[in-house]
Amino acid sequence: METSLVLLLLLAPFVGFLSNVFLGKQFGRTGSGVLGTLAVVASFIATVIFFMQVNSTKEAINIHLFDWIAMGKFSIGFDILLDQLSLLWLMFVTGIGALIHLYSISYMHDDENTHKFFSYLNLFVFFMIMLVAGSNLLIMFIGWEGVGLCSYLLIGFWYKNQDYNDAAKKAFIMNRIGDLGFLIGIFIIGYLFNTLDFVALKQAILAGNGTANLALIGTAALCLFIGASGKSAQIPLYTWLPDAMAGPTPVSALIHAATMVTAGIFMITRLNFLFELAPDVKMIIAVVGVFTALVAAAIGLVQNDIKKVLAYSTVSQLGLMFLALGLGAYEVAVFHVITHAFFKACLFLGSGSVIHALHGEQDMRNMGGLRKAMPVTFITMLISTLAISGIFPFAGFWSKDEILLTAFHGNTVLWVLGSIASIMTAFYMFRLMFLTFFGEFRGTEEQKHHLHESPALITVPLIVLAVLAAIGGAINLPGNNWLNHYLAPLFKGHEAHHLDNTAYMLMGIATVGALIGIGIAYSMYISKKQVPEADDKVQGLHKVLANKFYLDEIYMAVIVKPIYALAKFSRDYIEKGLSNIVFGFGTVADGLALQGKKMQNGNIGFYLFAFVFGLCSIVYYLFFVR
Amino acid sequence: METILKEIGVETYLYLSALLFSIGVFGILLRRNAIVMFMSIEIMLNAVNMMLVAFSTYHQDASGQVFVFFSMAVAAAEVAVGLAILVSIFRNHGSVDIDNLKNLKG
Repeated sequence: METSLVLLLLLAPFVGFLSNVFLGKQFGRTGSGVLGTLAVVASFIATVIFFMQVNSTKEAINIHLFDWIAMGKFSIGFDILLDQLSLLWLMFVTGIGALIHLYSISYMHDDENTHKFFSYLNLFVFFMIMLVAGSNLLIMFIGWEGVGLCSYLLIGFWYKNQDYNDAAKKAFIMNRIGDLGFLIGIFIIGYLFNTLDFVALKQAILAGNGTANLALIGTAALCLFIGASGKSAQIPLYTWLPDAMAGPTPVSALIHAATMVTAGIFMITRLNFLFELAPDVKMIIAVVGVFTALVAAAIGLVQNDIKKVLAYSTVSQLGLMFLALGLGAYEVAVFHVITHAFFKACLFLGSGSVIHALHGEQDMRNMGGLRKAMPVTFITMLISTLAISGIFPFAGFWSKDEILLTAFHGNTVLWVLGSIASIMTAFYMFRLMFLTFFGEFRGTEEQKHHLHESPALITVPLIVLAVLAAIGGAINLPGNNWLNHYLAPLFKGHEAHHLDNTAYMLMGIATVGALIGIGIAYSMYISKKQVPEADDKVQGLHKVLANKFYLDEIYMAVIVKPIYALAKFSRDYIEKGLSNIVFGFGTVADGLALQGKKMQNGNIGFYLFAFVFGLCSIVYYLFFVR
Repeated sequence: METILKEIGVETYLYLSALLFSIGVFGILLRRNAIVMFMSIEIMLNAVNMMLVAFSTYHQDASGQVFVFFSMAVAAAEVAVGLAILVSIFRNHGSVDIDNLKNLKG
């Protein structure tokens, strides 16, 4: 019973993928969308059933599907581990996934490759389930690579645009760098513990097996973090995520905001017992996280593309999650992952709705005043914006506050930096709202004429997500802490924050900070009715931010150019040298043959002479020399 | 048989055989007419045959002479084939001078 339900959970999206690949054209555009959605809904239902079960029994479900690799003592089974953590992740992967599939039916309806889109999306959900539900690092790695592949396919979905293809390649290559770290981490763990299974690893570490070789464990943790920073877009590997916005908006919502980019956080949370043994690496994670949050938020301040703003906001929020991870507050990071999935998916889908209404316009300078034309989109996005800005009582308030509280108790500098990042978040998110929905419409007359609210297939997912963004914080209210209790079996030495005066004070500071950010945005874009200048007129710091700290250019100069130079050197000198050597052999053999050819002159007399001479030589040798 | 060998020693046959063989070799090497070269080959063959017969008598063993019969039979067959080839070459080229036969050139 459980096995078949697991198979349903795992394989429904895969079946959806196969049927859309092979039969998608026959189903028609709506048909393939409905099929893809149903496949994910089936997974979601199976997840809910398991979730209920685990929530009541508190027992993890481990299902052995088949033996995969067996070499001596080292064996890897193809097992599915459904414990509190993986089920929580599956809940929002399949749940939000289903909503986004539903949304895509309408959003992608006019595309000529709808069935391809849904097949990729189904494949993504399949790999994401593998990543989350696998019971050992190798299955997780399959899912990890698979979602990377789907991310690549979907970023480059509109493959006729070369820029989009480049963005897809960039995402893939950047992820490969991280994946290498992940793989090395896996190897080290396999070497140290002789197993890759999460449960066995945890037992081994709790039994104290790993403490003998802390340096190697630290290296493994660092390598795993490099993998996580590739997938979850942290410094220095984050630059692919903003470019990944080239994909269709539902893809940005599903893969590059809600699910795939949280895989790194999932992995670190999954292996929390390992990271607990490496405090230095945890410190690195916290610092990298807070700097990513800060840098991405700063860049987000001046972006004009509505999706780019959201992309940098995603990077920034992921940075905050890593901050929490680095401070050892895994359940807080998970809490923020969930609330972030709600409001960021809603924001992306809302921006998709706006882009849809404006027929592909993404520049906020050409928007404005959409509030009246698109009330549902406006209200849902407003709720999500309030949530991400950390305004009471929306979901983001609770989770972000927990992170900042943890940071305050851990390290005041980190707390200050994180707070600055979240003030900037409030500013740029309301800048987005004010520029898009308030003031006068700045687009063309024709666009103005066609302004319309999106159909129900688009607004319903928006409303559901907005409701979740509003009340999602309820899963871990201070004093109630359902999530902390639910996740308690995963972590050791877990302590809930008490609601003391410090906590109230910090909440107050965070709220005031968010209000300051909103206030600045209000005065700039509502009172003074500013519109961001054209790209070539920006000056000074603004220009540095608009160019993303020139990070792409720096990478180009420091990494890509030297690699090109190396490749050119190899081509011009090394390869030339090697091929000359090989060519030399050929020339020598050819010359010898040319000389030998002269012997074969067809003169029978000469042949006979050679024959007799040879025979005489042999006889001479045999009888006189030897 | 033995009386002959007593009158003329076996080494005389060897000298004659070596002489005939050398004549054959030089004929092959120096003459350019295919028929003459053919005849030289026959001389070489017969030089060897004679040596076989001489040793056969010397050792009082008949198998050497049997061997010579085989050798002569094969030589006859070879002559038949070889002459047929020469006739064919003459019909095609109008000569059997081997300096003109260079079609086998690689």
